[in-house]
Amino acid sequence: MNSLFYQKRLSRNIGDKFFTSLSVICALIAILPLIFLVTYILFKGGSQITPELFTLEPNPPGDDLDAGGINPALIGTLIITTIASIIAIPVGVGGGIYLAEYSKGGPFSRFIRFGVNVLAGVPSIIAGVFIYALIVSTKILFGSMYSGFAGGMALSILMLPTVIKTTDEGLKLVPNELRYASLGVGASMYTTILKVTLPCAFRSIATGVVLGIARAAGETAPLIFTALFSYYYITGFGDLFYEMGSLAVLIYNFALEPYDAQNKLAWAASFILVLSILSVNIFSRILAAFTEKTKRV
Amino acid sequence: MEEKLTLFKNRKRFGIEKNIDIIFKNTTLVLSSFVAIILLGIILVVFFQSFESFSRYGLKFLVTSEWNPVKDEYGAFTAIYGTLITSFLSLLITIPLGVGTAIFITEDFVPEFVREIIGSFVELLAAIPSVVLGLWAIFVMEPFFRTFFVFLHNFFGWIPLFSTEPTGRNSLLAILILVVMLLPIVTSIARDSLNQVPKKLRNAAYGIGASRWKTIFSVILPAALSGIMAGVLLALGRAMGETMAVTMIIGNSNAFSWSILSPGYTISSMLANQFGEADGSQVSSLFYAAFVLMVLSLVVNIFAQWLVKKFSLKY
Repeated sequence: MNSLFYQKRLSRNIGDKFFTSLSVICALIAILPLIFLVTYILFKGGSQITPELFTLEPNPPGDDLDAGGINPALIGTLIITTIASIIAIPVGVGGGIYLAEYSKGGPFSRFIRFGVNVLAGVPSIIAGVFIYALIVSTKILFGSMYSGFAGGMALSILMLPTVIKTTDEGLKLVPNELRYASLGVGASMYTTILKVTLPCAFRSIATGVVLGIARAAGETAPLIFTALFSYYYITGFGDLFYEMGSLAVLIYNFALEPYDAQNKLAWAASFILVLSILSVNIFSRILAAFTEKTKRV
Repeated sequence: MEEKLTLFKNRKRFGIEKNIDIIFKNTTLVLSSFVAIILLGIILVVFFQSFESFSRYGLKFLVTSEWNPVKDEYGAFTAIYGTLITSFLSLLITIPLGVGTAIFITEDFVPEFVREIIGSFVELLAAIPSVVLGLWAIFVMEPFFRTFFVFLHNFFGWIPLFSTEPTGRNSLLAILILVVMLLPIVTSIARDSLNQVPKKLRNAAYGIGASRWKTIFSVILPAALSGIMAGVLLALGRAMGETMAVTMIIGNSNAFSWSILSPGYTISSMLANQFGEADGSQVSSLFYAAFVLMVLSLVVNIFAQWLVKKFSLKY
C-alpha cells in the first residue's frame, strides 16, 4: 500500500533531488557570470560614451593625455565588413544555389559540403596568416602591404561558410511543388531559381547572412596582421590600400596599453561593438520567431 | 491540328536563353568550388611557407621549447603544450557545466518561458566578440581571481600544475575565459540533441518505473550522446584556435613550465604576438606552428563531422 505514495526517504528520490539541485547549480554557475559579463560591459562601456567619441581620432598613447575618439576605427570596421560582404555574399549565395538546386548529392557536392564545414572550423587566425602570405607579404595589391582591403578579404574567408550554409539550407526548405510549377509552365532553371526559389528563401538567407556579418564585425585575429591599425581619419578611396583601424583591433591594442585613457576608449569601443552585435542578433531572432508564427497559420 | 503544332514550334526555347541557363549553372558551380579552392589554398600556402623550417627542424620542432630569434633557434613545444592544456582543461570544466545546464533547460524544472529565455540568452553570448571577453578578463576576472590563485598555489603547490607562484596573467585565466566562450557552444548543441531524443523513449522509461534521473542517465543521455560528443569536439576545435581572449590574458611567455599558474603561450597567441614583427626564418617557423594548429583543428573537426554522420540517423 505504501508503495503507491511518494516516499521522500527512498534512495532513488534522494538521488533525484541531489541531481536536480546539481543541474540547477550548473545552470547558475553557467549563467550568472554571463549575466554579470554583459551588464558589466554595457555599464562600464556605456559610461564612457560621449559625442566626441564618434568624431575624433584616437590620440597616440601617452601620459595624462586625452584619448580622443574612435571615428577612424568605427568607419574602418564598416568599410572592412562591407568589403568582406561584397566578396563573401555573391560567392556564398552562388555556391549555395549550386549545392541546393543543381547538385544531386553526388561526390562533388558532398565534398563541397564537407569543405564548408571544415572551413567553418578553421581557426580565424589561420585566415589572417593565409591572407598575409598571399597578399600582404607579396604586395600583390598595387604594391600596398597592410591594407583595409586585405583585412576585408581575410574576413570574407570567415563569412563564406556561414553564407553558403544558410543559402543551402534556406533553399532546401522551399517546397519542391514551387519548382515543379515554375518549370511546368516553361520557365528555365535560372528563371525558376532567380524568380521563384530565391525570393521564397530570401528571409531565411538574409537572416543568416546578417548574423554572419555581425559575427565578422567582431573578429580581431584575422585583422591584426592584414589590416593592422591606424590612428588617422579615413579620407578617401585610396585609404583602402593603407593600414586601416577597426573597433576590434582598437580594443585589442588599447586594452594592453598601460594608460587609463586608452583603456577607457577600449571599453567605449566594446560597448558600441557589443551593443550593435547583440541588437542585430536579437532583432533577427524576433524576426525569425515572427515569420515562424505567420507560416504556421 | 496544324495550328497546335505551330503553337508548340513557337514555344521552343531561344538559343540565348539556353546559353544563359548553362552559363548560370556553371557560374554557381565555379562559385561553389571556391570553398574547396580556398581550403586547399590555405593548406598549401601554410605548408609551403613552413617548408624551410620544416626541413631544418623536422619533428624536433614539436618537442623542443627553445624559441630564440636572436640565436635563430625555434621549437614550439611550449605553445603546443599551452594549446593542448588550455583547451583540454577548459573542456573538462565546460562539459559538466554545459551538459548540466542543457539538462536543466530541457527538463521541466521551471516554466517553459524561463527556460527559453535562459536558452536564448546563452546563445546570444556566443555572439560576443572574443576581444571584448579578453578586455573583460584583463580588468575584471584577473583581479577577482588573484587571491584564489594564491590559495590554490599554497594548498596544491605540490601538484606540478599549480607549482608556480601566481603573478598576474597566466594560463589558468586563459582556461577560465575559454570556459566562458565554450559554454554557449556546448550548452546549445547539447540542448538541441537532448531535444531531439524522441518522447517515446522517455515515456517508456517512466512507464517501467524509472525515476527522472535514472531516465536521464540511462536513456536520454546515451541517446543524445553522439550529438553532445560532436558539440564537444566542435568546442575543442574552437578552443584550440581561439586567439584574442587567450592572447590578452595568458601572459605570452615562452619559458616552459608545467604549471598553469605561470604565464604561457598557445600557438594562436604566439602567431598573434609575433607574426607582425617577425622576419627571416622566424616567419617560416611561425608558419610551421600555424600548420600544426591547422592540422590539430582539422583532425578534430573532421572527427566531429564523422561522428555526426555515423550516429545521427539512429532514430
